[in-house]
Amino acid sequence: MRTIGLSVFGWLLSISCAFAAIDPALLRPLASDGNDAKIAAITALTDGAQREALPVLKAMARGSLALAGDRVVIVDGQRVIDAATNTEIIPAPEVTESIGINNRLRRELASTLAALRLFSSDREVRWEAAQELASGADAELLPLLEKALASEADQEIKATLRMAHAQGSLGSSDALVRLAAVRLLGESGDPNLLQLLGPLTEKRDGNWIEPDSAVRAAAGTSIRAIEKRLAFAENVGRAFTGVSLASILLLAALGLAITYGVMGVINMAHGELLMVGAYSAWAMQSVFQAHFPNAVDWYLLAAIPIGFLAAALVGVLMERVVIRHLYGRPLETLLATWGISLFLIQVARTVFGAQNVEVANPVWMAGAIEVMPNLLLPWNRIIIIGFSVAVLAAMWAILNLSRMGMFVRAVTQNRPMAGCVGVPTGRIDTMAFALGAGIAGLGGVALSQIANVGPDMGQGYIVDSFMVVVLGGVGQLAGAVWAALGLGVLTKFLEGWTGAVVAKIAVLVIIIIFIQKRPQGLFALKGRFVES
Amino acid sequence: MSSSPARTPFIVRLGRSFDARSWLLVGLFAAFALIAVPIMHLLLPPENPLHLSTYFITLTGKILCYAIVAVAMDLIWGYGGILSLGHGLFFALGGYTFGMYLMREIGRDGSYQSDLPDFMVFLDWKELPWFWTGSEHFLWAVLLVLIVPALIAFIFGYFAFRSRIKGVYFSIITQALTYAAMLLFFRNETGFGGNNGFTDFKRILGYSITAPETRVVLFGLSALALIGTLLLARYLVSSKFGRVLTAIRDAESRVMFIGYNPLWYKLFVWTLSAMLCAIAGALYVPQVGIINPSEMAVANSIEIAIWVAVGGRGTLIGAVIGAFIVNLAKSWFTVSFPEYWLFFLGTLFIVSTLWLPQGVVGLYRRLRGRQTSAPDSEPAAAAQGPSVTTVAAATPVTKGAGA
Repeated sequence: MRTIGLSVFGWLLSISCAFAAIDPALLRPLASDGNDAKIAAITALTDGAQREALPVLKAMARGSLALAGDRVVIVDGQRVIDAATNTEIIPAPEVTESIGINNRLRRELASTLAALRLFSSDREVRWEAAQELASGADAELLPLLEKALASEADQEIKATLRMAHAQGSLGSSDALVRLAAVRLLGESGDPNLLQLLGPLTEKRDGNWIEPDSAVRAAAGTSIRAIEKRLAFAENVGRAFTGVSLASILLLAALGLAITYGVMGVINMAHGELLMVGAYSAWAMQSVFQAHFPNAVDWYLLAAIPIGFLAAALVGVLMERVVIRHLYGRPLETLLATWGISLFLIQVARTVFGAQNVEVANPVWMAGAIEVMPNLLLPWNRIIIIGFSVAVLAAMWAILNLSRMGMFVRAVTQNRPMAGCVGVPTGRIDTMAFALGAGIAGLGGVALSQIANVGPDMGQGYIVDSFMVVVLGGVGQLAGAVWAALGLGVLTKFLEGWTGAVVAKIAVLVIIIIFIQKRPQGLFALKGRFVES
Repeated sequence: MSSSPARTPFIVRLGRSFDARSWLLVGLFAAFALIAVPIMHLLLPPENPLHLSTYFITLTGKILCYAIVAVAMDLIWGYGGILSLGHGLFFALGGYTFGMYLMREIGRDGSYQSDLPDFMVFLDWKELPWFWTGSEHFLWAVLLVLIVPALIAFIFGYFAFRSRIKGVYFSIITQALTYAAMLLFFRNETGFGGNNGFTDFKRILGYSITAPETRVVLFGLSALALIGTLLLARYLVSSKFGRVLTAIRDAESRVMFIGYNPLWYKLFVWTLSAMLCAIAGALYVPQVGIINPSEMAVANSIEIAIWVAVGGRGTLIGAVIGAFIVNLAKSWFTVSFPEYWLFFLGTLFIVSTLWLPQGVVGLYRRLRGRQTSAPDSEPAAAAQGPSVTTVAAATPVTKGAGA
C-alpha cells in the first residue's frame, strides 16, 4: 500500500513540475465544513485550474489532504507537500486538521477526476475517461463536459461524451433539454441506462416522477429501443460464441472426417493428435523465447507448419505400424487406436510433465473488438474462426483440385474399383491419414490459444468431434461443416437457456434422436450400397 | 453343444452345454469361493501362511464383479458382434440403484444425524426426491437394480437396432450415451450426490458392511453370480438362439432374408447384457464402498472391451480370464509403477488387437493344437479380409462383426 502511494506520488511529482501554481484562495474552501461547500469548492477549483487540480483532487480522494495552519497540504507518509505549488515543504510543518471526505464526496471526486482526464493529451486516457463518465454522469459535471465536447476532435470520444452529457442533462429543469437527452440516450446500447431511464416512466406516491408527459413517452420509447438493442447484442454474442465453438469442432473433426471417410477407421487417438499440435505450439514458443526473443510474438506462425508436420508424422507412424494391419476390422481398429491414445498421453506426461504447460497469446491476438457495450468479440476467437475457414478452404482445394485428392475421393467411394484402375490404395491411405492427422495438429495449434495445453486435453474433444462426424455423414466435408456449425450454435444457444451441462446432455440426446431418422448422417454418400 | 430337440428338459440342455472338465472346474471354483475362502479368511489366524487378507477378499471380490461385466460384454460383442462402449453406464446404474438402498441404511448415523442422506442435507433439501421413494426396502432396491438399467438398455437398444445402427456407429453412440449420463450424474441437482456420489455406507440388511463376515458373504455372492452368468451365457450361446445370434453377427442381411428379425435377437441379448452388468455393479458397490460418476467415464467402458479382447472374444471363459489378467496387472502397476500403467494398458490394446485376435484363450488353443476343434472361437471379422466386394446390389455382403 505504502509503495503504491509512493509511486503514485512520484508520478504526480514528475508531471507536476510542468504545472503552474494554484491560487491558494481556490484551495482554501476545500477545507470548509459541509458537503455542499466542499463540492462547490471542487467545481470552482476545476473551473479555475484544470490540470493543476488533478494531484490535489487525487490526494483528496485518498483522504491525504490536510490543513497546516492556513495552508492546504498533501500528507504523504512523513513528508508534507504544499498543494498550491506541489513541492515538498522542508521542514515539514505540523498538520493541524485533516480534510475528511464521505461517500458522497468520494463519488463526486471520482467523476470529477474522470472529467479532468478528458483534457489529457493521450487519446486512450480520454477514451477511458469518457467511457467511465458515460456510465454515470451527473449535473455538476455538465460545464466540464461541455468544455470537453467543444475541444474534443475524436468522433468516437465525442459520441461517448454526448451520451454522458445527456445523462447529466436528465436532471435539468428544462423539459426540452430533458426530452432531447432522453431521445439521445435511446440510441445507446448500455444496459446501465435502463436504471436511469426506468424511473422516468414510473409513479411514486401517485405522482409521476417525470412531470412532462412528452419526456415520459420518449423515455418509454428509449427504454424499448435499448432493450431491443441489448437482446440483439446478446443473440449476436451467442451466435458468435457458437460459431467460435463450431470452428474449434470443425478443426477437430475435419481430420477425423477424412480418415473415417477414406478408411472407415475410427481413430480414437485423434484427440491426442490435437495434443501433439498444441505441444508443438508450446515448443515453438519455447524455441522463440530462447533464440529469437525479439520475434516471440510470431512463434505461432512457425508453430503452424511444425504442428502440422509433427501430427502428420505421428499419424504416419500410427498408420504404418498399427492401423495398416487392421483394415477391414473397424472395431479392432477402434480399440487399437484407443491404446495408442493412452500411450501418447503417457508419453506427453513423461516428456512434458503431468501439469498443463502455459502457451501465451501473442500480442496481436490479445484484446477484443467492442461492437456494443455488452458485446465484445475477442481477437483470438476471430482469428481462430478465420484460421479454420482457411484450413477448410485448403482442404477443399487439396481434395478437389489435386491429383492426390482425386485418388482420396476415389478410394472413399469405391476402394476395390479404385485399386483396379491403378490407384495405389495403400499409399493413398497413408497420405490421407497423414493429412487427417496434420489437420488435427493444426487444430491443436489453434486450441493452444484458447484452451489448456496438457496431456489429457485431447480426451475432452473426442466425443464432440465424433458427434460432428456422425452427424455430418461419412467422408463429407460439407457434412462436417454444417454439423459443426449446427452443433456449435445449438450448444451455445441452449447454454444460454439451460446452463452448460444440461445443454451438453440435450445436444447428445438430440444427436441420438437425429441418428434414428438419418442413420447415415446429414449428407449420405450417394451410390449403391447394401450396407455400410 | 449342438442345438437340441425342443423336448429335452432344460436342465439336461444346461448340463450338456458344458463338458465334464468344465463342470469340474466350475465346481472347484464354487468350492473355493464358498467354502475355502471363508475358512481361510475367518478361521485361520492372520499369521498362518494360508490366511487370506481383507485386501485379497476386496480385490478379488471386485474383480469377480468385473468378470461378470466381461462375460456380459462377451455375450454381445463376441457372439452378437455389437461393440458397446457404454457398458460402464449399466454397471454404474446398478451400483447407483443399490447404493440408494445403502445410503438409506445409514439412517441417522451420517455426519448430520439426519434421515436424509448427508449430501441432501448439505444441499439443504428438505425431503427425498420422488425417485428415492421406497429405496429403504432391500427388495425394492434389488428390483430396481434389475429393472432400471434393463429398461434404459431396452429403450435405447430398440431405437438403435430398429434404425439398424451398427458397427462403429453404434459404439460411438453408446459412448455418447455414457458420456451424457456421466455429465448428468456429476450435477448435484440430479439427486445422486454429484461428483462425490455415494459413500460412507454403514450397513447392509442391518449387518455392518465392513465386518469380515459380510465381506465373505458378498464375495461368495459375487462368485455365485459369476458362475450363474457363465452358465446362463453358455446355455444361451449353445442354444438355437445363440446360433441365430452368431449368424446375425456374421451376415445380418442373410439372416433377415431367411426370415428372422434380427431386432429382437439383438435387443434381447443387449438388454440381458445390461442387466448382468447392473447386477455386477450392485455387488461391486458394497464391496468397494463407493460409487461416483467417474464409473461412467468413457475410458472405463472401453477398458471393459479390452478385458474381453485380452481373454479372447467369443469364448466366455476368456472374458473372465481377461478381466483377471488386466485388473491384477492394474492393481500391481498402479502400486508399483504408476507411471507405466498407461504404457502397459496402451500396449495391451495394440498387441491384443494386432497379434492376439483370439486372446489368451486362442493362444492357449493354438499352442495345444486344438484350434480347429474350438467351437466358436473366431469372430468372422478376423477371418475376412479388408476388400469385401459388393458383387451386386442385391447380394448381401457384410464386413462381418465389425462392419
